[in-house]
Amino acid sequence: MSNPNKPHVTVMRSQLSRARGLGSGQTGVAHWWAERASAVALVPLSGWFVIQVFRLAGASQPEVAKWGARPLNTTLMLSLVILTFYHTQLGLQVIIDDYVHGKAHLPAGLLMKGIVFLLGLFGTVSVLKLALAGSSRGRIAAG
Amino acid sequence: MQDVREALYVGQRSDGTLTRRPMSPHLQVYRFRLSMFLSIANRAAGVAAAGGSALGLCWINAAAKGPKSFSKVQKVTGNPLGQLLLAGWALALVYHFVAGLRHLAWDSGYRFDKKEINEDGPVAVGVTVGTTLALVAGILGVAICRSRRKAS
Repeated sequence: MSNPNKPHVTVMRSQLSRARGLGSGQTGVAHWWAERASAVALVPLSGWFVIQVFRLAGASQPEVAKWGARPLNTTLMLSLVILTFYHTQLGLQVIIDDYVHGKAHLPAGLLMKGIVFLLGLFGTVSVLKLALAGSSRGRIAAG
Repeated sequence: MQDVREALYVGQRSDGTLTRRPMSPHLQVYRFRLSMFLSIANRAAGVAAAGGSALGLCWINAAAKGPKSFSKVQKVTGNPLGQLLLAGWALALVYHFVAGLRHLAWDSGYRFDKKEINEDGPVAVGVTVGTTLALVAGILGVAICRSRRKAS
């Protein structure tokens, strides 16, 4: 094509697109890695949760409260809830990026993030309440 | 005009003249392949799994609120319709899990040839169906045994 000894830069984008400054925002790699890393962390956490479901199937509320008050279960439940909804937010963002175009794209993404954030927070508070309210009630009863 | 979408594919060149933008062929052009279904099913399963997880928060919240709320949730989990919903959630979670593992393998450079992907597709379906059935039957069985033991 051209003289191979002549130094040149290969750019796949047109000069007009470069001048407009549209295109990659350089945040895609971080998003991709966050999606993968949260997925890898969810593999053992999901396995743990399946075992807990077998342990708790048909259990009564006091039994679940006793289970939820154990620090290890609280820690792993919190990790599971937070990572699940973090991974959900990352995944739904990709779907919005793919299907929602134009002016609706930003509000759709923000609305989705708001809803998923509230769901994750609701789950976190519920797990904490199960863990802390149960144990304090036990302490009052004991003391 | 062969395709109604062509009206939306009119663009402007940098000198201002109009041009027809290139259009990718869409679904109706391709023969059905399992891999294309498994690809979109992974996305749908992710959304369904997220929706189910949102409902699953009701369970942990009810447990935190107390025995009264928990018995309400138990009415849902004891109902066949509720159990069908839970089975659907399990199916979505298991498939998203299996497809996610395949994606992690592909990202690491394994099983990413066309031949290998076509070989693994039916295996993924089998593993998903088998695991889901085993999970649902197992959990339901344990729940029934435990409540019977309590009753007696």
